[in-house]
Order: sequence, then C-alpha cells, then structure tokens
Amino acid sequence: MTLSINKKMAAFSVVAALGLTACGKAPETAEAPAAAPEAAAETAAPLKIGFVYVGPTGDAGWTYAHDEARKALEAKYGDKIETTYVESVKEGADSERVIGQLARTGNDLIFTTSFGYMNPTLKVAGMNPEVKFEHASGYKRADNMGTFFTRAYQGRYLTGLVAGSMTETNVIGYVASFPIPEVIRGINAFTKGALEVNPDVKVKVVWASTWFDPAKEREAAETLMLQGADILTQHTDSAAVVQAAEAKGKFAIGYHSDMAVYGEKAHLTATIHNWEPLYTAKVEAVLNDTWTSEDLWPGIAEGTTDLAPFADVVPAAVRELVDAKKAALKAGEMRVFDGPLLNQAGEVIVAEGETMEDGALLGFNQYVQGVEGALPKN
Amino acid sequence: MLKIEKRAVDSRWMQLGSPLIATVLTLITGAVLFAALGHDPFNALYTFFVLPVSDLYGVTELGLKVTPLLLCAMGLMLCYQAKVWNIGAEGQFVIGALGGGIAALYLPSLGAASLWVTLLFGILAGMAWSALAALLKTRFAANEILTTIMLNYIALNLMLYAVHGPLKDPSGFNFPESAMLPANTMLSTLIDGYRLHVGFLIALLAMVSVWVVSARSMIGFQIKVLGEDERAAAFAGFSTNKLVWYVLLISGGLAGLAGIAEVAGPVGQLNPYVAAGYGYSAIIVVFLGRMNPVGILIASALLALTYMGGEMAQMQLGLPKSLTGLFQGMLLFFLLACDLFISYRVTWSQMKRVEV
Repeated sequence: MTLSINKKMAAFSVVAALGLTACGKAPETAEAPAAAPEAAAETAAPLKIGFVYVGPTGDAGWTYAHDEARKALEAKYGDKIETTYVESVKEGADSERVIGQLARTGNDLIFTTSFGYMNPTLKVAGMNPEVKFEHASGYKRADNMGTFFTRAYQGRYLTGLVAGSMTETNVIGYVASFPIPEVIRGINAFTKGALEVNPDVKVKVVWASTWFDPAKEREAAETLMLQGADILTQHTDSAAVVQAAEAKGKFAIGYHSDMAVYGEKAHLTATIHNWEPLYTAKVEAVLNDTWTSEDLWPGIAEGTTDLAPFADVVPAAVRELVDAKKAALKAGEMRVFDGPLLNQAGEVIVAEGETMEDGALLGFNQYVQGVEGALPKN
Repeated sequence: MLKIEKRAVDSRWMQLGSPLIATVLTLITGAVLFAALGHDPFNALYTFFVLPVSDLYGVTELGLKVTPLLLCAMGLMLCYQAKVWNIGAEGQFVIGALGGGIAALYLPSLGAASLWVTLLFGILAGMAWSALAALLKTRFAANEILTTIMLNYIALNLMLYAVHGPLKDPSGFNFPESAMLPANTMLSTLIDGYRLHVGFLIALLAMVSVWVVSARSMIGFQIKVLGEDERAAAFAGFSTNKLVWYVLLISGGLAGLAGIAEVAGPVGQLNPYVAAGYGYSAIIVVFLGRMNPVGILIASALLALTYMGGEMAQMQLGLPKSLTGLFQGMLLFFLLACDLFISYRVTWSQMKRVEV
C-alpha cells in the first residue's frame, strides 16, 4: 500500500515537473513574437481586415471562394494590409462574439460572409462606429455597414443551358439548401436556361436543409439519381454532390468554385464566385478614405460571377451557345428573367417584352415552369 | 509489471485529483501540439485559455455562453441522478425558444410584464416537450433515450417550419427569420455595452435552487434512491412514475428557459440557428462536472472557454478551427481516462521468474 502511494507520488512529481519546465521555459521564447508586431506597427500601420466564414476554408465551395479572394488581397497589397479570418463560425449568438472580437482587436474593415450574420453584424456595427462592415447577402445596412452579393443566378442560367442540352433522361437533379429567395432564384434561372434549349426537361429539387453537410448533400444527390436524374447541380457548400455523380457515372455542375477535381468525368462546368474585384474595390475605398455604405449587386459583367472552364465532353455547339448568351448578359443586351416567364401553374410572372426588376428578384418565392414539386412554404 | 486493480473504496483524493491531472495532461499535450505546429507553446496556451477572458468583454462573453449550458445542465443533472436518461435538452431548448418567441411576437404588449410572460411561455413550452417523453415513459414504458432524441429532431424541424413559414418576418425578403422581438420582451443587459444579460443571474439562481432540491429535499433524496436502486425506491414506497415526471418537467422547464433566454437575450429573434447545440453540450457538462452543481458551473465555463479560445487562436495565431475540437476531445479523453484512478489503482508487481 505504502509502496503504491510512493510510486504514485513519484509519478505525480514527474508530471508536475514536466508541467513546471514547460511553463518555466516558455516565457523567454514568448518575448519574441510579442515584440515583433509592435515593431512592425511603428514603421507602417497596415489596414487590418477581418473575415468571418460560415464553413471551413477547405478546397472548394462558398467559404473557399471568399478565402481565395482574401489571399488575393494579401498578395496584391502585401504589407499595406493584414488579414485575419475565423472559419466555421456558427450563425446566431456565437457569430456576434467573433465579429465583436474582430472589431475590438483593431480590424478596420470586416467582411461577414453569410446571411445569418446580418443581425449580429448590424449590432456590432452599432457599437463600433469607427469600424467598417461589409455583409454578404443581407438587406440591412447602416452608416458603417454595407451589403454585397453577386448575381450568381446569371451563372445558373448559363449552366442550365449546358444541362438542358446534355441531359438524356430529361431529368436534372438540384440539391438545394433552404427555400430562401437566393436559392429559389438560382433554381429558377437554371430551369429557365435548361427549358430554353430543351422543352421536355424537368428539374427535380431535393432540400438538404443544410448549407454544409457533405453526408446529407450526398444522400440528396443519391435520391435524385434514383429518380432518373443524369445531371446534378447543387446549392450547398461542399463538393459532395459532384463526388456522388462521379461515383455513379453521371454528370454534375458545380457551384461556388471550380469543382473539377472532385469529378474528373462528371464535372461539366460550374457557376463560380470571384469576390476579388469586389473586395479589392472595398479595400481600395477604405485605403483612399472614400468608403461608403452601399448595396452592391454585381455579376457577370463585373466578373464576380463566372463559369468554370468547360469539360471536354461539352459539345462545341453548346459552348458556342453559352458563350454567346454570356456575352449578351455581359453587354446588357438581355437579362436572365426577360419575359415571357411562366410559373408552375402556367400563369405569366413576367410578360413578353418586360423583365423582372431587382426588387422582385430579391423576393423571388415561387418556382417557374419546369421545376417539379411544390415549394416548401406555409 | 504494471497492474490495474480495483480499489476497495473509491479514492476521495483522486476524485479531486483526477480533473487536475487531466488538465495538466491536456496542457502538456497541447503544448507539444502547438510546438509541433511551429508555435511557441506558452504563447499559444495563453492565447487559448487566458486571452479570451483577459478583459471585461471576454468575461461577460464567457458568462453569456455559460448561461444556456448551466440551465440545461442543472436540469439534466436531476434526470441523471434518477437515471432518467434525458437526451432531449436540445429539443426542449428549441421548443422553449419557439414557445417564448411566439408569445413575445404575437401576444398584446403588457408593458414590462411582457418579459415575464415571454419567459413563462418558454418554460411551459419546454416542460410540455419533456412531458411528452415522461408520458411515453410512464404510460408506455418507452425508452426515454430514444423518445427524447427523436423529439429533438421534431423540435428542430418545427422551428424550421415556423421560421420558413408562419413566423417569417413579413418585411424580411423571405429569409427564414422572424421579426425582431419587441424591446419590452427582451432581457436587459447587466452592463451597458456588453451582451451579458439578466439570464445569467437567473441561471445562477436556478443552479442554487436545483442544488437545494437535490441535496436538501425529500424529493432530491427520493431521486437519488431511484437512481441507485429502482427496487429499493419501490420498496420505500416512492412513486417511480411521479419522480420521472418531476425530473423531466424540471429539466424541460430549465432547458426551455435556456432557449427563450437565448432568444430574448443575444439573438433577439427566432431563426434556424437558435439551436446551437447547447442541449447536447450540456450532457458533456453534467458528466464533466460529476453531477455536482459547482462542478457543473466549472465545467460549463471550461467548455465555453475552449470555444472562445479556439476563436482567439484563429484570430491571433491563424490556427485552424479543427484545433478547438481536438482540444475539447483531448480534455474529455484525459478526464475520462483519469477517472479510472478513482476506482482503480495502478500497481507494480514483480514478475516471478520461472526457472526452466
């Protein structure tokens, strides 16, 4: 008994000693990094920019696209800026702490990149009037809080042309996240494109009820393929849908970023976001002291929405058609939701010769003709 | 050779010592990990565990995160003492948020009393949700682990339905969020400019109340007897069913209160992200805190701190988010591993050489 206690005490003192040496040794080395930033700050105060991401930066997807733009900013401005990001920040109460902490630790400009950050950003903006905020996809603004988004639906329309031309079963699967206007707009634009080149096409939608959950996304993709879909696309954040299509020998169209590496055979093209021009403009404005709170909705014309390179299997005729329509969108000769546009019941939403205004686009809450199934709503 | 043998009596010394050893082991392993990632280990640990609470802002934020954890965990503690395995705090939390939120948004204003009505509806909604599990258990002998887990999913989807449908903010561009709660239904903050609200004090009050019930009341005694030995409780004439109802209702009410306190506190509206997993984390907190109120308070603070530390490590050191999970996992692993020493001890025994 006594022996075992002694042994134990010995073990404890070893552990304690280890702990002590770890603590005792460290402060000397801790001096160096603490001193370095101060020295740097004396020579030139860089513009500090914070980013709040809803998902992991990963290798593809929504957050990846934002982080690529952040890296581009760093490459472009070098010492003039200093960026910080926090990934996988839950929407809701936790996000306000992160945004608040970024504001308190001296960031001058903070990008919050998910809809659920809108109200938290607004609250933090109210408490930190000297910090500038840019929120993606929301609609509430303040003197020091602007909003921005990209007309991703333009890319959706163009990829819809590809899908409509290439489907053999005339069933296209769409894995969606939540029935909010942004997502519904994408489904409608995609369907409109597909329908223009193929009047028999049906777009089936499965709601995964998540922005990022590769397992659920993949499950939804499998369901759609069982229902006869031979081309899939998704409005969720991971590449799981592309991977599911690759595994089953079907085609897929990516979203957010180029997902070709996830589907060597499956990936046809993708609607991609390129936030670099927008971020650069905002950083430039802050550096030049010309920043104002505004609502920006650029798209194909400004380069924030684009298509990933076509896969070899996409026929030349389809490429030509898509390129022509893309040029027309860019030049402002046409818009995606030019009439005539019908809803599922066959009623006219937009009459011939008219187009859908931005206000209506922002509140899109019904399916257009060609989408199968009912929209989940009250 | 090393031998693990059961102690005759649990070591009281180790009951206190085990969490300490676990913490030290976590710190050491953490330091090695940080060093391997090319960061100064002392600075990294400081960033992780001290920097988040080095100012008033950090401390109030910690309190804010502790509030829902503590409320959920205290209710669960009573359940687990009775060996009623309620996994449904998450669902009760969500339904509390929903019920209270509906009251706040749609009941006519009663001035300052509106807040109390809101909180009451939250509590009642949470109780109603756990009552379902109690009914299923006492009437139909349905396993509460299964029913409460399933009720969690139903609760979450009810919330999603509500904010995508009937409760959607009419001027919210169809985004799945309710309107903001009226000001007179919101919990006031304790310090101007900080988010910590009255709910924190309510949580502390709840902690003490549950403590008194558990340690000093007849019901508390009965709950423990039921947990130790159901047959003994029956022989003593305690009504098992009644006790199951008690613990589940209290637990549901507290989780519901946590839910509405989150909505009427930092969130300010109903949205799909109200359920941040507090109901599940609280389960960890209860066991981490050894089903002891003070332990639970410390455990919830520790768990909250690891989240905040993870964010801080991302901001200050550019360390990846997955490190937070790794750290929490390590802490839990060491704690459970060290718990072995409470009931067991390690001894050296000389192997007898066998002469051939």
